[in-house]
Formats: sequence, C-alpha cells, structure tokens
Amino acid sequence: MILNRLLSNDWPRSRVLGAILVLLLLALAFQPFLIPGIKALNVAAKILVFIVLVASFDLLLGYTGIVSFAHTMFFGIGAYGVAVASARMGPGWGAIALGTLVALALSFALALAIGLFSLRVRAIFFSMITLAFAAAFQTLASQLSDLTGGEDGLTFKMPEVLSPGFTLSETPFLGLTIDGRILCYYLLFATCVVLFLALLRIVNSPFGRVLQAIRENEFRAEAIGYRVVVYRTISSILSALFATLAGAMLAIWLRYNGPDTTLSFEIMLDVLLIVVIGGMGTIYGAAIGAGLFLVAQSYLQDLLRLASGAVAGLPWLAALLSPDRWLLWLGLLFVLSVYYFPTGVVGRLRALRARAATSSPSPAAAAPAASPPTKSMQGDYVENN
Amino acid sequence: MNLKEFDWKPLALVPLLAVIVFPFVGSTSTWLTLTIAGLAMGMIVFIIASGLTLVFGLMDVLNFGHGVFIALGAFVATSVLGAMGDYTASASLWRNMLAVLPAMVVAMLVAGAIGLAFERFIVRPVYGNHLKQILITMGGMIIGEELIKVIWGPLQIPLPLPEGMRGTLLLGDAVVEKYRLVAVVVGAIVFAVLLWTLTRTKIGLLIRAGVQDREMVESLGYRIRVLFVGVFAVGSALAGLGGVMWGLYQQSVIPQMGAQVNVLIFIVLIIGGLGSTTGALVGALLVGLMANYTGFLVPKAALFSNILLMMAILLWRPQGVYALSK
Repeated sequence: MILNRLLSNDWPRSRVLGAILVLLLLALAFQPFLIPGIKALNVAAKILVFIVLVASFDLLLGYTGIVSFAHTMFFGIGAYGVAVASARMGPGWGAIALGTLVALALSFALALAIGLFSLRVRAIFFSMITLAFAAAFQTLASQLSDLTGGEDGLTFKMPEVLSPGFTLSETPFLGLTIDGRILCYYLLFATCVVLFLALLRIVNSPFGRVLQAIRENEFRAEAIGYRVVVYRTISSILSALFATLAGAMLAIWLRYNGPDTTLSFEIMLDVLLIVVIGGMGTIYGAAIGAGLFLVAQSYLQDLLRLASGAVAGLPWLAALLSPDRWLLWLGLLFVLSVYYFPTGVVGRLRALRARAATSSPSPAAAAPAASPPTKSMQGDYVENN
Repeated sequence: MNLKEFDWKPLALVPLLAVIVFPFVGSTSTWLTLTIAGLAMGMIVFIIASGLTLVFGLMDVLNFGHGVFIALGAFVATSVLGAMGDYTASASLWRNMLAVLPAMVVAMLVAGAIGLAFERFIVRPVYGNHLKQILITMGGMIIGEELIKVIWGPLQIPLPLPEGMRGTLLLGDAVVEKYRLVAVVVGAIVFAVLLWTLTRTKIGLLIRAGVQDREMVESLGYRIRVLFVGVFAVGSALAGLGGVMWGLYQQSVIPQMGAQVNVLIFIVLIIGGLGSTTGALVGALLVGLMANYTGFLVPKAALFSNILLMMAILLWRPQGVYALSK
C-alpha cells in the first residue's frame, strides 16, 4: 500500500491520534481557504516550519537520547544562508539554492566537529558543548554586522513568484485571490510534508533502530558491535541538516532574518517544550505539539495580559502575570511536563489504546511493540566510560 | 596524595600558555599586567565553577540551573551593599570589607537556602537520570531567572566597587587592579578549604566514600542523603559567593548573567575533568588567561578562543585534564 510506504510502516497506532493528525494535515492544507487573514496564515506557516524543526530535534532527543542546545544555531544557519545570499545576489531561485547549500555545508561541518569532539567521551559533554557553541554563535551573528546585518538583521526580497505583489490570475479561486504569499505557503507546505516523511523514514530504518538501541542501553549497543560514537554523530548531523532546512523555510516565508528570529534561546525553549508536550521519540509528536503550542502561544500572551489587568490591585501578582514574564510560565509548564507528562500527547494516546487492547484482547488489534523511550526516560541513563 | 604520583602536566599548562603568548604581546609590562589580570579572573571563575564541580562531580547531578545561583548571589549583593552605603563609600579597605563580607555571607546563605529548595523540588525526582536532569534544571534555570526579574526588575543594576577596592597598584612593571588581588585571596581561600575538607576531614572522607559506594556507606550507619543535600547547598552557596565576586568584577549585574557565566563554567569543567577541584582550578586559570590574552590580541576572536582551548584540551585528554576514574 502506498500510504504504508509513505509512512514507513509507522502508523499513528491510535485512532484518536490518527484522527488528530489527519485533521491537522487537512487544516494546514486548506488553511488559506478556511480562515482568511494574514495573522492566521502566519501562524500556519510558523507551524509548518516548527514541525520540521521539532521533528529534527526529536531525532536527537527522543530517538538518540542526547540533548543538544545548539539546534537553534543550525536553524539560524539555514535562515542566514538564505538571507545573506538573497540580500547579496538579489532575489532569485539561484540565491535561495546557493544559500541553502552553503548553509547545509556549514551545518554539516559544525555538527561533525561538535559531534566528534564531544560524543567521544560522554553524551553529557555534548549538551554542555552545544550550549557553549550556541552562545558563541549568537554573539558572532550579531557582531558580524557586515555579513548578517547585526542586531537589525537582514530584510531581503524573494523571487517574483513568491512575493506578495504577484498574482497568479485575476479571477479568485474558491473565493481567494492566489497571490505570491499563498504560493509561498504551499511551497512551505510541500517542503514540510516531504521533510516530515523523510524523517519518519529515517527513524524507522535499520539506522533508526540502532539509535533507539543506543538510547535504551548504550553499553549493550556497543557490545553488539555498533560504533555508538559514529551513530550518535550521524544522528546529530542529520538533525542539524534538517534544522538548517527548517531555517531556510522560515527565511523564505518571513523575507527577514535576525538574531532574535532564529537564534534566541527562547526558540530553543519552545522547541524543547513542543517535543516534550507532543511526545519524545515519536515523530508525530512534533507535528501535534507544534500545532497545539503555536496556536496556544499566539493567544496565551493575550490571556496573560488580561489576567495581569484583572489583578492590578495586587502589584506582585500583577508582576508575575505580566506578559513580559511569559517565559516564567513557559518554564514552569516545561518542568511540570517533564515530570508528569514525559511521554507527551502521543504517548498518552498510545497508552490509552494499549490499555483498551489489553482489556478486550483481540490478536488483530494488538499493537506492535511501541517504541516510546522507556528506560532512558524512567530508569538510569546508562553511561559507560 | 603521594607527591610523586601527582600529575604535574596539567598544572604546567598554565605557565606554558603564558610563555607561549609572550612573544605575541611583546612588551613585558603589558604581558605581566595581562597575565595577572587573567589569573585573577580565573580565580573568580574558579569560585563559581567549584560549586558546580561539587554538585556534578560528587552527586552526579548535571545542574544546568547553577547559573541562577550566581545571578541570585550577585543580586543579593546589590541589595546588601546598597543598604550599607556608609561602609562602601569609605576609603578604608577594612571598612569596605565590613560591607563586602556581610554581602558575601548573606548571598551564600540565600543561595544555599534556595539551593536546598531547588534540590528538593527540582532535582530530587530525577536523580540518576541525566537526560531528565538536563531538561529539568534548564527549566529551573529559566524559572529562576524570571523570578529574579520579578523581584529586582529586568534591567541592569550597577554594582560599584567599594572605594577602597578601586584603583590600581603598581607591582614592578605591571599594573594590577586592587580588586583582582582581593579576588585572588578569596579564590585561594575557597580552593584551600575545599581541598582540605575533601581530603583531610571525616566529612570529606564520607562524601568521597559515598560517591564510590553509596550503599556501603549507608550500611555503616551514615545518612548519605543528608550529606549529599548538604553538598548541594554548599555548591549553591559557592555559586552565590562567585556571583558576588563576578558582579563586583563586572561592576553591574543583569538577570541573564547566570546563563552567560554558565557557558564559561561548563567550559572550565570540561577542561578540568568533571568533579575534580584541582582540575577546575586549572581550567579556570586557563580560561581566565585565554580571555585576557585574546581580548588584547584579537578581540573579535575572544568568543571562540575558549571553545578552541577546550577542543585542544579534549584532543589531548578526552576526559579533561584531571579525570576522576569512576
């Protein structure tokens, strides 16, 4: 079956989950026709970008079991690649292609270097070293203002077809004038679907299985004969490359890039939160998490503003609820999710399904052995030195 | 520790780095100034990193939230020093000390107390699971930083040095800021006390034994839990102390300083080898020297110099210069 091959034989394994995914897919596919307006379109495009970004992070965190804090660095490299090339060479497909290629090459080299240096000894070195790299890169990007536009960032133009001024035809299609923005949205949509399916393919390949084996028990995987360092490094490179592509997607959509747009630590936190909420070690979690989180984010800050206004009589409470303290609540939500919700939405839904399957035993319904992170999430995180 | 078995090579790195850089700097007095400034900065970094090396090396808790205690200590110091204007404005070093010492003590107490709470609510449920520790303590770090913003405001607060610690001294050819000498003294005291406690006292013996074989120590009737919680509180308190020193060194504090310093101390720990006090000292001195030299020679590369240094060290000793074999 074609669908089976497309999904790499990794079905959602829960009817509710499947329904949500189909709903999300349809909503994203027809978004421009469903809810008109630039704000809704922006949120939808951001969801598309974040699905790729978070899914690539999940390859690292959920499947390989290592934490990188440099994911936004690669995201930024992708965005800056397109931005710098387009700003220098003028708008055109060649600029986009060249920018993306150079960015991919840079990400590859950086990820390889970081991986070889830090994964050789202990996986936790990786987290510390990526943090250092990300911090240095962020400062570097704002310092090299000749190239990157510094703190102000770069504004640039896209090829004619993708710019808002372009209209495909004067007659509206299904009540919507197809302009460059809509075309750009569908370019993003197609890229997102392809990259998402590619990631699904990777994690369900024999290579992906080895990654999961390493996550569960590094020592045993090494003993079976897999070079743990090599697999972890490849995984981190792949994840970096996908993040770079996500960055390029964002730059194409925004026609702007600056340090705060792609490199800030806040985005890293968003990514972490989305992975945890959606469900680590399930690529589908990235899609659901990104959808939930970004929609909530666009409206939660308004909610905080309301709440802050409502308790204006109590200054300290108002200070806590001020929209500027949005990160505080995000952090709290993150800690609580890691404690009480470690398998995320996808994990919960699959667990529900598994429970239903055991209470009414029918061999056909018995799901194949699920692969949410088990040991690494609950027991000890095995390290061998 | 047997002196003959002691591994001198990493310690020799510090003078080696200084000698290698000498031809590039050229003038002797500039070189001496830079070197002394770098060593002093290294001592401050060491104070901060020593707390984390305790928490990580002994308790095996990878605390990404360590930076919060640094920022906390610095902000407490602004409040305490701000309230003691009489003493800080005085030109006498002793009267200044009467202001700075209480600031240090209060900062350590506050950071230690918050550290206890942090251990109880954030870290305790995730002992033994590094992956979750990284995620959770990172979350704790963000919450802490935001709470600091709620209490002290999100803006930069000046933290002027007390009168008596300002200005410079001339040591031969070299110009030395007075405050850097204070930092060296404090750092040396912290290093000596830590090393002495860990290697020469019964508590130190118990802690080291607990790291090696927790159950055995417990079965001998010692409450290792209490001991380890204490270690966490001490580690946080040291971060608070380091925060005061760092804040005075920068002469201003911002809520994000914790995250900035965090990066620096991770580099120090990786260079030094996780859990080794001496290693942390070597790493901190190297980082301090490197930061001052590159800041003078190639300011643009200052950011990456520490990362390059770390990579070079990792090529030589992948576990860090003094790796504890566990």
